[in-house]
Amino acid sequence: MTTRYSSLALLREGFRGHRGWRPAWAKATPQPAYDAVIIGGGGHGLATAYYLAKNHGIRRVAVLEKGWIGGGNTGRNTTAVRSNYFYPESVALYDLALRLYEGLSRELNFNVMLSQRGMLIAAHTPAQMEICARIANAMMLNGVDGELMGPKEAIARLPLLNQTADARYHCLGGIWQGRAGIARHDAVAWGYARAASALGVDIIENCAVTDLRIENGSVKGVATSLGEIRTERLAVAAAGATPGLVAGAGVHLPIHTYALQAFVSEPVKPCLDTVLLYLGTGTYVSQSDKGELVFGGGLDRVPTHGQKGNLPAQEKVVAGLLEMFPAFAQLKLLRQWAGVVDVVPDSSPVIGPAPGVEGLYLNCGWGTGGFKAIPAGGWLLAHLLATGQHHEISRPFDLDRFIKGRLIDEAAGAGISH
Amino acid sequence: MQIFPCPFCGPREEHEFLFAAEAGKVRPEPAAKVSDEEWAAYLYHNDAPKGIAREIWYHQTCGTYFLMTRDTVTRDVKDSRFLSEAST
Repeated sequence: MTTRYSSLALLREGFRGHRGWRPAWAKATPQPAYDAVIIGGGGHGLATAYYLAKNHGIRRVAVLEKGWIGGGNTGRNTTAVRSNYFYPESVALYDLALRLYEGLSRELNFNVMLSQRGMLIAAHTPAQMEICARIANAMMLNGVDGELMGPKEAIARLPLLNQTADARYHCLGGIWQGRAGIARHDAVAWGYARAASALGVDIIENCAVTDLRIENGSVKGVATSLGEIRTERLAVAAAGATPGLVAGAGVHLPIHTYALQAFVSEPVKPCLDTVLLYLGTGTYVSQSDKGELVFGGGLDRVPTHGQKGNLPAQEKVVAGLLEMFPAFAQLKLLRQWAGVVDVVPDSSPVIGPAPGVEGLYLNCGWGTGGFKAIPAGGWLLAHLLATGQHHEISRPFDLDRFIKGRLIDEAAGAGISH
Repeated sequence: MQIFPCPFCGPREEHEFLFAAEAGKVRPEPAAKVSDEEWAAYLYHNDAPKGIAREIWYHQTCGTYFLMTRDTVTRDVKDSRFLSEAST
């Protein structure tokens, strides 16, 4: 039922007054049973459904979303995609995502507006530059495009950056990743939804899961606001809602939930053509295609499930931005919002089977960095659902790492805001 | 700015406080007999409740650890007391 998007289709519809466009995905109602059910219609859940159908030929699949698709953290982030991590396990994971992002618009026949404009993690002291060199070297050893950038080139890329004598933080350069950039977050959710729907996946919105049905330690289905649904393969890709969903099944997670805020200014002419993270302020910023400055910073340090931020964190982020770019003080904030992020002690995701429950799989713990990983999270969770086995890239991210002590501590490893 | 009640100092601004842990965890003993699973559960498992939560907080300015009962959705504070007054 979906129309293939192309210049020709656009031209044809232009002559027909755009009356021939069909809905991008079908509004499904639940069937009594599925081969696999995915809880969570964000990027990770939708990508999982797509790769289940595409890579593994499992098409009797439902995605259950309590609100509307992409309305959670997928639509609430600052849209940066990158793989500038420290540990080999993380680089393998996030670069799989970035490589998939690089072909995603073509793969999904949906423009996700990937813009690989590069990202700079800016350092301000010789000691920070040494850490940056260490990370850039690690990135190169792990086979991704990291490099240490000097102050001259870095400042040339950031013409409005405050480098006056009384600036609190001077830019000595930092880690540059040229393949990093931004993508349109909504388009990622919509593109995966459309492509999954075209392969036969049921995308069911306004369907809240109220209970997991488990018999003799095996998944048998879910109870939802739209009735019972039977399945023996169940995936949870629900970020901050995950602990509450699986607690009844006796699954405990190392997750705290916090609000992460983001901000958008009024649109202005192009003035920033990279993604910038300033180590000194912890604020990161990019400029959207519409001209808005999209920026954020650290977490609100009060555990919460409310999708709203607090004022001290807002003040810190905005003050950080103005320290970096005093000229932006003239801008008005257009919007400010928050998402509930699922933070684990080592700032790395949890991907794998839920211990003690046959047929239940988890994809959570992405914390503040889930958007950039959507294609990989979906790819790996689909592999788990289809085969019951870990993909070699997801193996290190199993929940058992907390028992074995094999943490992948990217909070310390990458030295960046999580 | 949210105001949190420290049982020692009274109402203070939220940035003076640090969240420490969820309340109610008991350290498994004796250490020699504690399995890796039990120890990991003690260190890492959280309920992350949606709604009423009992939490240990730290007031940095006076150094008091205390028990605060809060709603994690509305942010309402229900109760704040010294750990010595806590039932568990």
